[in-house]
Amino acid sequence: MAVSETALLLARIQFAFTISFHFIFPALSIGLASYLAVLEGLWLKSGRSAYLNLFRYWLKIFAVVFAMGVVSGIVMSYQFGTNWSVFSDRAGPIIGPLMAYEVLTAFFLEAGFLGVMLFGMEKVGRRLHFTATLMVAIGTAISAFWILAANSWMQTPTGWAINDQGQFVPAGSWLDIIFNPSFPYRFTHTVIAAYLTTALAVGSVGAWHLLRGRATPEVRTMFSMAMWMAALVAPVQIFVGDQHGLNTLEHQPAKIMAMEGHFRSHPEGAPLILFGIPDSEAETVHGAVEIPRLGSLILKHDLDAPLAGLDTVPRADRPPVGIIFWSFRIMVGLGALMALLGLCSLIARVRKTLYDWRWLHHFALVMGPSGFVAVICGWVTTEVGRQPWVIYGLLRTRDAVSPIATPGVTGSLIAFVIVYFTVFAAGALYILKLMGHAPAAGEPDTPKGPIRSAGITPAPSMTRGEDG
Amino acid sequence: MDLTVTWAFIIAFAVAMYVVMDGFDLGIGILFPLVPVGRERDQAMNTVAPVWDGNETWLVLGGGGLLAAFPLAYAIILPALYTPLIAMLLGLVFRGVAFEYRWRDPGHRKYWDFAFFAGSLVATFMQGVTLGALLHGIHVEGRSYAGGWWDWLSLYSVMTGAGLVAGYALLGACWLIWKAEGDLHARARRHARILVPLLVAAIGAVSLYTPFVLPQYAERWFQYPGLLVTVPMPILFGTVTLALWWSLRRGRDWMPFLLTLGLFLLSMAGLAISIWPDVIPGRVTIWQAAAPYSSQVFMLVGALVLVPIILAYTGWAYWVFRGKVGDHGYH
Repeated sequence: MAVSETALLLARIQFAFTISFHFIFPALSIGLASYLAVLEGLWLKSGRSAYLNLFRYWLKIFAVVFAMGVVSGIVMSYQFGTNWSVFSDRAGPIIGPLMAYEVLTAFFLEAGFLGVMLFGMEKVGRRLHFTATLMVAIGTAISAFWILAANSWMQTPTGWAINDQGQFVPAGSWLDIIFNPSFPYRFTHTVIAAYLTTALAVGSVGAWHLLRGRATPEVRTMFSMAMWMAALVAPVQIFVGDQHGLNTLEHQPAKIMAMEGHFRSHPEGAPLILFGIPDSEAETVHGAVEIPRLGSLILKHDLDAPLAGLDTVPRADRPPVGIIFWSFRIMVGLGALMALLGLCSLIARVRKTLYDWRWLHHFALVMGPSGFVAVICGWVTTEVGRQPWVIYGLLRTRDAVSPIATPGVTGSLIAFVIVYFTVFAAGALYILKLMGHAPAAGEPDTPKGPIRSAGITPAPSMTRGEDG
Repeated sequence: MDLTVTWAFIIAFAVAMYVVMDGFDLGIGILFPLVPVGRERDQAMNTVAPVWDGNETWLVLGGGGLLAAFPLAYAIILPALYTPLIAMLLGLVFRGVAFEYRWRDPGHRKYWDFAFFAGSLVATFMQGVTLGALLHGIHVEGRSYAGGWWDWLSLYSVMTGAGLVAGYALLGACWLIWKAEGDLHARARRHARILVPLLVAAIGAVSLYTPFVLPQYAERWFQYPGLLVTVPMPILFGTVTLALWWSLRRGRDWMPFLLTLGLFLLSMAGLAISIWPDVIPGRVTIWQAAAPYSSQVFMLVGALVLVPIILAYTGWAYWVFRGKVGDHGYH
């Protein structure tokens, strides 16, 4: 069955839609799981009740985020087959085992210990409960390891051979496949992004309550912790991102050309285009605001270094410039703002006005969603930048699609859009509701939550009614 | 034993684990409208809240494992069963989030309770349809699916779908007999007594229909050496059913659940006998679909080490939440 252009486009939109929605949740749950482990560890060490209250406060939010991550993630594990069956057949021997390891080492670990983490404090005691929290946090990181190994292999495939059936198969060591050239960079960049995203979300909630005049020890602690993260990690992220970019220049130069809007080659040193309207037809950037030679300085660390442009790449092999030119700029711009927020928080600390400087609190508040936007933009940049390939240089996206027809893929896309917007909008609303209450002294672990009175010692604290 | 066969057993094990682990919590969703609003519903939900997403992970292992070990089968089956699989996934989305959402929004709890019910029902029915459609035969040309959009829908696949709904509902009822107390426990016993005949009828109908679906099934069951299994199978099945029926009246609270699992395992054994050694019945054998040796070995090392560990900590999590789940009214 020949697949129409429309069906192909709809299949791509469907994947982009479901993965973008899904990616929001792990971006927060990777960071939150580690944050919760830190909070519980600090509580066990210091005995300060503010840490326990914060732990319980963020645990409720984590539970909702995690549930959304689980259900949107199950969809992903089947999307490869429903819409991209040729990819599954041909790359399955390499991608499949990486994902199977993700399930075996990460998903089970997270899910297995999540129940105890959410509901088991009274049943297993503090030490064992802390272990469960750590296991969930470690699970989220392992999950990122495998899925980014799989994604990175699609970007910079190494260690493969082709068998008689036309499948990509391991050529030698699996280490060559897992530790492919872009993996260390992508993994570091993405995990730091998850931490930063979480820190900005936490900081935003803290700022909101500070602005509302609720400067409780819990609110101060979370705001301060989040601002430390922004101040220390945002600059690190900018450095790591730069390194990742250099790695991409080496292995996927066309992606960098598109990100930079470099349609033509610059033998004498390339400019850095700040803004403009890229036009792939005319092969130019209209109204470009550019700084001469800065592009070469950033990418080659040399003002006069020649840089090749998209004119060296056949048209059929070029990624779409417009999308990633902008997604890249949004990501970088937000990254700069995050570093600025961190810097401002350091100034506030020196001036001892961290909890009183309303302008800083407003700044931190509006930066709350910036991590999510940056993460999605970064993802769009790397994924759209890989086009027209699904396995870079080896398998084209159009050749990887399932034998699907337009009505079916249209119907399922509409269903996904409606269901995701309904279900995840509701989830976002519930999370905002939870965030809208300041963490209280004596924060209950699951108010209005499920009753956890199974077992041997039905203490009053475990038999909670609907009103908490 | 050759690695491909080993992997066929591992995938079968993952699917069986999924049915064992997630069947009952989907079943509770199917029974939800029959459970009165308030304490009983909360109690029913609380019997599965700490474990449901671990249970669902076996489904991801089934899908991911199929891709890894039998990529060609994954690449043919998923496009062929596109509609029921997408419907199942969307059903799982609704029921999964309902676990958290219903506590967060008491004003709209009845809608999330409905989402929990409808999502569980759709997911279960579509899993059954998926199984039926696979058994019914998939049109393959070359290395890909070559059938139409509605090939999955047949009388047979609707029967397997309905049968699975009855089966999961019975598992859910038996789980509640084990874990719940008071009114909910008594109600679950009544539900189970209605569901047992329904499930037996469904399994009987599907079993009688199956040999006529593909010639290979008839050969398998009605010729030597398959006959050696065909004869004792109904006897075994009848014995377990009678024991289940008895246990619903006077057995210990955990017995009906385990005996219902016994019915499921017998059905799955029958299924395996029907299709062996194919992964797509009549079309693709496990050897044709198998991943290359190096992929199989790499994963086997992981599976042999990790699956026992997973079973250990999953067992521990169940142990932590062992015993009856009451509510404040009963303690």
